Amino acid sequence: MDSIAGKKPALIWAVHLSVIALVLLWVVPTFGLLVSSFRTGDQISGSGWWQALSTQEQQLSPIRVAGEEAERDGAFVIEGTLFPKGGTTVSAWGTSSREPEAHAPGDTADLGEGVSLTVQADGGFVLTSPASTRDMRLPRVFTTASTPPEFTTENYSNVISSPMAGQSIGQAFLNTLTVAIPATIIPILVAAFAAYALAWMDFPGRALLVAFIVGLLVVPLQLALIPLLQFHNWIGIGKGYLGIWMAHTGFGLPLAIYLLRNYMVGLPRDIIENAKVDGATDFQIFVKIILPLSFPALASFAIFQFLWTWNDLLVALVFLGTGNDQQVLTGNLVNLMGSRGGDWEILSASAFVSIAVPLVVFFSMQRFLVRGLLAGSVK
Amino acid sequence: MHPAMQALFVIVVGVGGCVGYFYASNLILDRVIFPPRGPDAGRNINRANAVRPWLFLLPALVALSLYLAYPVFATLWLSLKDTNGSGGFVWFENYRLMFAEPKFGESLRNNMLWLIVVPAAATGFGLLAAQLTDRIRWGNIAKSLIFMPMAISFVGASVIFKLIYDARDAGVPQIGLLNAVWMRFEGGIGSFLILRLLPGLLVAALLLAFVYAAWSAIRPVLQGRAKGWALAGRILGAVVAAGLAVEMAIWLKGMVFNDLPYGTPQVWLQKPFWNSFFLMAVLVWIQTGFAMVILSAALRGVPEETVEAAILDGANPFQIFFRIKVPQIMGTIVVVWTTITITVLKVFDIVLAMTNGQWETQVLANYMYDKLFRALDWGMGSAAAMVIMALVTPILVWNVWNARKEMR
Repeated sequence: MDSIAGKKPALIWAVHLSVIALVLLWVVPTFGLLVSSFRTGDQISGSGWWQALSTQEQQLSPIRVAGEEAERDGAFVIEGTLFPKGGTTVSAWGTSSREPEAHAPGDTADLGEGVSLTVQADGGFVLTSPASTRDMRLPRVFTTASTPPEFTTENYSNVISSPMAGQSIGQAFLNTLTVAIPATIIPILVAAFAAYALAWMDFPGRALLVAFIVGLLVVPLQLALIPLLQFHNWIGIGKGYLGIWMAHTGFGLPLAIYLLRNYMVGLPRDIIENAKVDGATDFQIFVKIILPLSFPALASFAIFQFLWTWNDLLVALVFLGTGNDQQVLTGNLVNLMGSRGGDWEILSASAFVSIAVPLVVFFSMQRFLVRGLLAGSVK
Repeated sequence: MHPAMQALFVIVVGVGGCVGYFYASNLILDRVIFPPRGPDAGRNINRANAVRPWLFLLPALVALSLYLAYPVFATLWLSLKDTNGSGGFVWFENYRLMFAEPKFGESLRNNMLWLIVVPAAATGFGLLAAQLTDRIRWGNIAKSLIFMPMAISFVGASVIFKLIYDARDAGVPQIGLLNAVWMRFEGGIGSFLILRLLPGLLVAALLLAFVYAAWSAIRPVLQGRAKGWALAGRILGAVVAAGLAVEMAIWLKGMVFNDLPYGTPQVWLQKPFWNSFFLMAVLVWIQTGFAMVILSAALRGVPEETVEAAILDGANPFQIFFRIKVPQIMGTIVVVWTTITITVLKVFDIVLAMTNGQWETQVLANYMYDKLFRALDWGMGSAAAMVIMALVTPILVWNVWNARKEMR
């Protein structure tokens, strides 16, 4: 098939360029958030993330003059710098919010009553006053300045430890882990036994059961919310981890049984029949032969179920309750979007904490994921 | 008990319980109930083997019936009862009230739009990506990058795209990518080419495609060749295609004549009608990888001989793709399409996180959540859930029918 395109270099170039364009289109959104999560709040609101590496000129938030007062030639002087970190270049400054760009660097501004202020391009300032400034409100300086690119990991340490909307992302991370791991392991086991029965045991109604499970594959779980919540209240477990584990197990079962059955049907018949002839029971065959051979299918379902439970919002909102101590990452993120919608340094870092684990799972187990997808949809 | 400890405990108890149940039940069946000894040894073995499948199936069946099958009927029952479920039986009152609500009509309209746009766009992009990446050496890397959003939660994706759609006042630098790009257009020749001519041509092409589809659907009917179900199907298809063609014509007119607000940043998520498309883009972004992976496997399964024969007959790459490969993977395309359709019907997180149904972006799943958990109206919420179920049912029937066909 390559030969078709190979004959026409122009076409091959078009293919390469289109793929590059597609990949960029698909990667840039995530990359933008990743870059933003490492920038300071000032930098994020000052320029787009694609300018993160360039020096940016913007109006900074006002800085109040402060420092030790010294008496010199009969005047009281405060000397210091507005930007102790350095690297910032002032292009204009002012002392009132109405005229934030009134003066050029090096100019001296008269603040009235003999007080004068000089601000240099590097942020160094000199405040001179005929009387002591001890009881005076020192002026605020508005600056328009170019700041060098600045990257930080502070956003992450902030969101992980301190509660922003209900609880900290670190706590939500633990909660999500608590939900996801049992909800991944339990359905696999239950489904594997059922899949073995559907694949290798003969009994009346088997075809009907398979059809039943295929039907359940597409039932929207929206339908299950209220009846199951009532059921959980009725048996007395209410909202909580136990309920959500059971719910995720139930919702994950159709796909698990379907995937595993499709895989097990394809295992070689000889092995199983030989084992039977040798006197192995069904239970032994299942544990000693089928389970080890089905490892790829088990792994691919496990990945699906883990991603699904980790990323789920609806089931967690309904079955886990909305109490702060039981919030999962997705729920926490939605709350943050509501209450801290404009604080991109917080949002982006939180989002990346929640995305990180699925991405690691995805990139390390992609092989199994693809295999599972193919087993589920193509035959 | 600390939740993490509780989780560990549940894993141990769950796994141990499962294994214990299966082991013990098999043991009891073989040793106690039907022992393969004594006068009935042979019959007992047969009996035990008849019961055993049900031992293996029991936990799964109980869970499935309780967590998926029973709720369908319970929800149906609740939807026929008065608000909050404690009241009396009101027949279809909830449905009547719901259909009278403008917000429900809006959700239904938006859902229809989602149902057309998202599966089409995701399958289309997926097919394109599959075909293109299969031909180049770094295709696998490209694939895994396009596939990556699959691992990202809908909420995470919403945060990602909210940054792209971010809008700020005209005076300050834009930090949303879309507005930053938008501010570059100022109405000159470049703007004309990219914002009018290019999309105009695309929409015109779609318009022609729909007209052609409508025509090829209706032609056998006009010639009196279609009968029965085929007739009904063709007329329905022609009507849908014609409707889409008219819609495209309206778009085309808008693209040529509408004034574009150059130079002013746009609050994309608050522009009624168009904002739905910005939300759809998130789902398309996520689902394209799925379509690509499956279609790419299907494309590789296309027999080499058919392609070679086409090359010998002088077909060009486009003809090979559309006339040889696509017809052969049509079955897979349908599977991908329906799978994405089901995902679309359940979409809830994206709308909740990005607009929460404001500015005319409501969809059924979020409408239902609103009714159930904000208005606490279980009757109407259940009715909305049943509408989703009704929309899924054709796919359910089709899936079951196919599965039955395969089992034979």
